[in-house]
Amino acid sequence: MEGRCKQTLVTFQEISPADFFYRNRDIAGFTNPSRAIFASIRELVENSLDSADQIGVPPEVYVRLSEENSGTATESEGGVYRLKIMDNGSGISARHIPSAFGQVLFGSKYTLKQARGTFGLGGKMAILYGQITTHKPVLVKSSTGTSKIYEYKMMIDIQRNRPLILDRKTRRNKEQWRGTIVEFSLEGDYLRAMSKILEYLKQTALVTPYADIRFVDPKGRFYMFNRATKKMPPPPTETLAHPYGVDVETIQRLIRVTNYRNLLDFMRKHFHRVGQGTSLSFLDFAGFIKTATPQSLKPEDVTKLVETIKNHKKFRKFFGKVSEEEIKVPLKKTKSQNMLDFMQASFPNVDRTIILRLLSSAGFVRTKNPRKLKPSEIVRLVRMMKRYPDFLPPDASCLSPLGEDLLRTGILKELKPEFIAVSQRKPSTYAGHPFVVEAAIAYGGDIPKKDDFVIYRFANRIPLLYDEASDVSVKVIRSINWRRYKVSSGMPIAILVHVCSTKVPYKTVGKEFIADRPEVKNEILNGIREVARRLQTFLSKQEHRAKEKKRLSVFSKYLPKIARFSTDLAGKSKEPDIQLLLRSVQKYDEEGA
Amino acid sequence: MTKKEPESSAKKKSEKILKDLRGFGSNLYGQMEKGTFPWVEMPSRSTENIFYSPDVRQYILGDKSVKRSARNIRHIKPFTQMVWAGFFASELVKNRKTSTLRDVYYSAQAYEMSFKDQPESNNIITDLETATGFAREDFNVFPEERSAIFGDLTIEYTVPGYEGKQLNLTSHPDGVMIGPSLVSSEFAKTGCDKVIAIEKGGLFTRFIEERVHEKFNALLILTAGQAPRATRHFINRLNRELELPVFIFTDGDPWGMHIAMVIISGSANAAHLRGLTTPDAKWGGVYATDIVDYKLPSDPLTDMDVKRLHELTKDPRYTGDLWKREIKTFMKIKKKAEQEAFSRYGLTYIVDEYLPAKLEEMGA
Repeated sequence: MEGRCKQTLVTFQEISPADFFYRNRDIAGFTNPSRAIFASIRELVENSLDSADQIGVPPEVYVRLSEENSGTATESEGGVYRLKIMDNGSGISARHIPSAFGQVLFGSKYTLKQARGTFGLGGKMAILYGQITTHKPVLVKSSTGTSKIYEYKMMIDIQRNRPLILDRKTRRNKEQWRGTIVEFSLEGDYLRAMSKILEYLKQTALVTPYADIRFVDPKGRFYMFNRATKKMPPPPTETLAHPYGVDVETIQRLIRVTNYRNLLDFMRKHFHRVGQGTSLSFLDFAGFIKTATPQSLKPEDVTKLVETIKNHKKFRKFFGKVSEEEIKVPLKKTKSQNMLDFMQASFPNVDRTIILRLLSSAGFVRTKNPRKLKPSEIVRLVRMMKRYPDFLPPDASCLSPLGEDLLRTGILKELKPEFIAVSQRKPSTYAGHPFVVEAAIAYGGDIPKKDDFVIYRFANRIPLLYDEASDVSVKVIRSINWRRYKVSSGMPIAILVHVCSTKVPYKTVGKEFIADRPEVKNEILNGIREVARRLQTFLSKQEHRAKEKKRLSVFSKYLPKIARFSTDLAGKSKEPDIQLLLRSVQKYDEEGA
Repeated sequence: MTKKEPESSAKKKSEKILKDLRGFGSNLYGQMEKGTFPWVEMPSRSTENIFYSPDVRQYILGDKSVKRSARNIRHIKPFTQMVWAGFFASELVKNRKTSTLRDVYYSAQAYEMSFKDQPESNNIITDLETATGFAREDFNVFPEERSAIFGDLTIEYTVPGYEGKQLNLTSHPDGVMIGPSLVSSEFAKTGCDKVIAIEKGGLFTRFIEERVHEKFNALLILTAGQAPRATRHFINRLNRELELPVFIFTDGDPWGMHIAMVIISGSANAAHLRGLTTPDAKWGGVYATDIVDYKLPSDPLTDMDVKRLHELTKDPRYTGDLWKREIKTFMKIKKKAEQEAFSRYGLTYIVDEYLPAKLEEMGA
């Protein structure tokens, strides 16, 4: 017995979040040297763009990747690089710098509004990755535009998930610079990652047309993505959780922090688009409403009830004139156990919600203190939230889609197409999360003529570059019968899909592709159809023009021949002038077109 | 016998053709000079516009006409092709060259006027026929298939290099091919008083061997199946210019009957043309009644034959008593016989017995 116990002895050990991600860096996209360098640049560029967006400043992001001990990078294994990223964003206050860059899962993004990053994880993963591959500290300089610039040299204590500050300097900020500079070393394989990095920057420039992005690569090549506008999309506002989107854990956390002592207020104050009426109806639906027993009502309570009706127009409208006697008499006889049933029986024509509102206004409604809910009751509450059909859908104020104008600007800037159609769908929701789909289609210009479309996928303004085949947008695009839209293979067509949501339904932590949620899928389909229809109109016109051109060429091919043969037949020497006839065809066609 | 003063019809005709083609061109030229899109109007050749005329005794086109205009994008290509065909025809006639439909098809390519295929090119030639009222043979465009003639007719060539040269059509025992040179020749003189047209080559040779041309004073013509248009036109000339009666001998089946009918009354396809029919020509057999009367060896009618007979009953050309009687008899006896069937009574039986009896029956 004892021996067996020894054999199965397991060591339990708590690991820090930093340690966890150190051990599982694959799930965050740091799979190999090539992916790692791509992911590092991407995460830090996104942080920079987010920080500028937050304060409503058109972003300027400068990225420099240089080879350390130049010449050591090899074709097969990559090498050690130094990555520097500078932005003009919000900057980070001095006391937050160490945690923001040296403590995993610490961040400003755990809120319900749209941002590129969600977990505050990516940037630190990059730094963590740099540290474990080169064992060199990260250098952070930042200022919020105050009189000082703070510089930190630090490392992450992986086991304890704590920043390890090696050096700290404060400089005077004479020019009132605001922004953040992050610089660190990492192992990577730029040669392999190059095409993805450039594609990433190009698509980022497309979807962020108000940003200036500069990149100097290890070979010293300078890539400039200039902004085409300074207009920025309206910033998103933070929102409360929607009842459809919460789980038991969320409720428990809310209960721990709430100041409200009854469920009615708890629902109203902590959830998105839940007001007094919805709160009452839902709690009634979920069985959390208690009303006074009719037998316990005192005369002054009846007076209060009647007064409440009398004093509120909305109740008068439904109940009419009610005297105290009209309540008191049936009250004595009733067998109802609570006022809700009693009132419903007395006023069968009045809606239950109105009765609930009246009872609530008159102070006859009791709901539990959320802190006193039993675990089973919490589970029931959450379950009922999912079942209750009448919650209003979340609004999209927490989202920040790019908007049709900016999207058009971005596409024109990067693709210079002959034709472009953009469409922003109305906000919609899946599982309580609001989302907006933007779709665009572009034809010609710099878009290559290929057998297949060029597909640009974005989620919260992040280009998605990997696993295209698994993405919902790609599946939707494949499911469409493009011939209906006069599209044939070999046409230079780019299709763009942008999904904005407080919670983008990624399939993996690596944020590479979007899962097929039916609601999202439908919106994408409708969006693409809309722009495809406009493309069809354009292609039809183009086809018409081509036809007219061909028509003209038919006339200019045959008319001279007719002139020549007729002249010969007639035995004349000079051919008749047919220019007038040819011009008449042309003129007619221009009018007809 | 009767020596005909040859009308110089061939020469006159080619002059008229050239004049008309020039008019055709001048018309278009004038339209363009005035700044309008050139157009022509011509009778419609659609089936609804083809009627049988008992007066003319052939198919004719009705009053419906079509306007072909270069203004119409769908018309301009065939329109140009037709003008080109007119130009090409005038070149042929002017230079006295002959050509075939196949030649026309290839010649177009030299003018970047390629036809899609042979039928398209043929159709354009038919358009030109309709628009101008001349047959393609008049434009020196001849079919490939050739038939032959034998007998005492002296012709005078008009083709370049042979002008004025004469030939008696008995000079070659296989007969003389009815080709462009013969068709365009003038008739100098003849000793014949009738024309006998024969469907099959074997019988044609037998008739020459048995000196039918002398015994019956006849010009022998081999139609070689359905008579080519040039041959039909030539028969028409013999009948019209030399006033020779024409007798036609074919196999005893619906197809043979129709070979005779096309020589007599023409075809719907040529409704836009005149001068291809010989309404007074007579079919001499083999009749269905001959099969019975002469007890000829016969074959049963096939389904196709019967179907064809039913079609003929509805055909407006088959209104004469003789035709009606023979169709009825074919249907009754359900048998058919070839011309060679008379050989059962000896090789010369057909010449010695059948032919004189038939000619007498037809009033020759």
